[in-house]
Amino acid sequence: MVDNAPPKAPDSRDSAGSADDVGDRRGPDRRVDTPASEGRKSASVRQAIRSELEQDEPEDANAAAPRPRADSTPVVEMDHVSLAFEQPILEDVSLAACEGETVVLVGESGTGKSTALKLILRLLVPDSGRVLIEGQDITHLSFEEALEARQKMGMVFQGAALFDSMTVFENVAYPLREHTKMSDDEITDRVREKLEFVDLEADRVMQQMPAELSGGMRKRVGVARGMANNPRIMLYDEPTSGLDPLTTGTITRLIMKLQRELGVTSVVVSHDIRASFRMASKIALLHEKHIAFFGTPEEMTASEDKYIQDFLGGL
Amino acid sequence: MAVSGTGLAFYGLDRRSALPRPSIEPRLPSFLTRINDAAKSKVLTIQDYFTLAGKSLRFIFARPFYTQDVIQQMDEMGVKSLGIVLLTGLFTGMVLALQSSVQLKTFGATMYIGNLVSASMIRELGPVLAGLMVAGRVGSGIAAQLGSMRVTEQIDALNTLGTDPIKKLVTPRVVAALIMLPVLTVINDFVGIIGGNIIASLVVGLPSSQYWRTVWDQTANGGFVLRYIPNDFIMGLFKPLVFGGLISVTACYFGLGTTGGTEGVGQATTKTVVTSSILILIIDYFITQLLLSVLNYGG
Repeated sequence: MVDNAPPKAPDSRDSAGSADDVGDRRGPDRRVDTPASEGRKSASVRQAIRSELEQDEPEDANAAAPRPRADSTPVVEMDHVSLAFEQPILEDVSLAACEGETVVLVGESGTGKSTALKLILRLLVPDSGRVLIEGQDITHLSFEEALEARQKMGMVFQGAALFDSMTVFENVAYPLREHTKMSDDEITDRVREKLEFVDLEADRVMQQMPAELSGGMRKRVGVARGMANNPRIMLYDEPTSGLDPLTTGTITRLIMKLQRELGVTSVVVSHDIRASFRMASKIALLHEKHIAFFGTPEEMTASEDKYIQDFLGGL
Repeated sequence: MAVSGTGLAFYGLDRRSALPRPSIEPRLPSFLTRINDAAKSKVLTIQDYFTLAGKSLRFIFARPFYTQDVIQQMDEMGVKSLGIVLLTGLFTGMVLALQSSVQLKTFGATMYIGNLVSASMIRELGPVLAGLMVAGRVGSGIAAQLGSMRVTEQIDALNTLGTDPIKKLVTPRVVAALIMLPVLTVINDFVGIIGGNIIASLVVGLPSSQYWRTVWDQTANGGFVLRYIPNDFIMGLFKPLVFGGLISVTACYFGLGTTGGTEGVGQATTKTVVTSSILILIIDYFITQLLLSVLNYGG
């Protein structure tokens, strides 16, 4: 057993101090557990997660998320970011995703997870701190420069956000038509390739309208559109919310496939702990406006922190 | 602290640093603070509205040009509004002729029905009624569409895919409205005058040739700009141009600023129709006042 502070990942320097915040924020309403009962509880939590992972389909054995490389430099980095509207939303949030990593941002509803993604996309500007994409500080970019910077990233929205006045083909082809000089044939080939990558029958779905697709298919088209331009960074906002367990598995495997085969760096916002543990190189836990934990899934399950255990106990 | 408002700050209308709260504000009594906030919010709303209008007009001349979207919107606004505009124009012209025939008969001046119908239709009723019809039909449609796109994150998706939503969504709608509303108004005027002709012939028994001669006399009597362009035409075309811009910018403003899910979409639609209808009637008065003093009417 480790001490009460959760262990840090090698490059999680920015989250220093946040672990203590968790301890400080134990509300009076939290149960007071004895060390023995805490030990039993964390053991049972770990067991639950492991058994969940072991229940995965056999092909996942080879599809395990690669673990972080200690020497890699951050591709996506939030550096002491704070944001407030009428009230504070994020305070001194720092996290980093290195090349080829999948960082999953978890936390209770309304803790600012999606806001963090909007900050990375520069749809919002932080009040203080910096957001760096491939080393470039995007915080002070003009609106037009931000549009340019966003092309490095592919985003998959919670509800897929497909343009409902366009066909599936036009949706996936949209970023190519907007930002490349590709010919119609090249665009068709690329759209077909991306749709097949996300396990959709290109010929069948290309001319369909988004409203004719199921939720899972829409999400996959959303992934295909996000990756059409071959971005090196993919962002996912609640990719598995509102889906049945089988489709959740399909989408999770797809995110892992993107990381494994194309080496993209991903930031995933999720409240689905099971899916998060399957795909994450690192997990960041947002709690009361701060990063309460940032490290590998193993480190998270090994943590004795009361809030983390409570959070994982919600499996 | 950021000033929250219509949510347009995402779309290049970043007002994060606009109107910072003065440091003495906490000392103000609460009712003064509320008045201060309300006034600030109104000023910001107007600022946003004009920024949106300015950006959408500036993008007309900036690449990429979304020609396909402009044509699609022209079809949506113009061709598909033709039915209601034809009906509105026809029956307005008919009722104008009918009412004026009753009044003019008392003076034995029924031969002037054409003058009355054409002046009313071209100068006032044509532009205003076409504007109100388009505000109801097209403005509500734009607000609902953009509002739905906003709440389903499609606007964020556009931003994420490196497209300026104002350039892609607002500019084509504004251009289409600036072109199509004058066209619809001309059709509305013409059909209205034909409606007047029908009633003048059938009810009053006025020959069509005399009716059309009085229509032309009225137009010619209003005076000309550059010797050949009747003042009535200037007034009749300038108004729908302004109304077209007003309806499209208002609808896009409320649509893009939608918050609060599907309920918000409904509110955006209602606000669009109410605001643009009222603005059409108010601005119509001021344009008329302006043009009557600028154009040499009757000269």
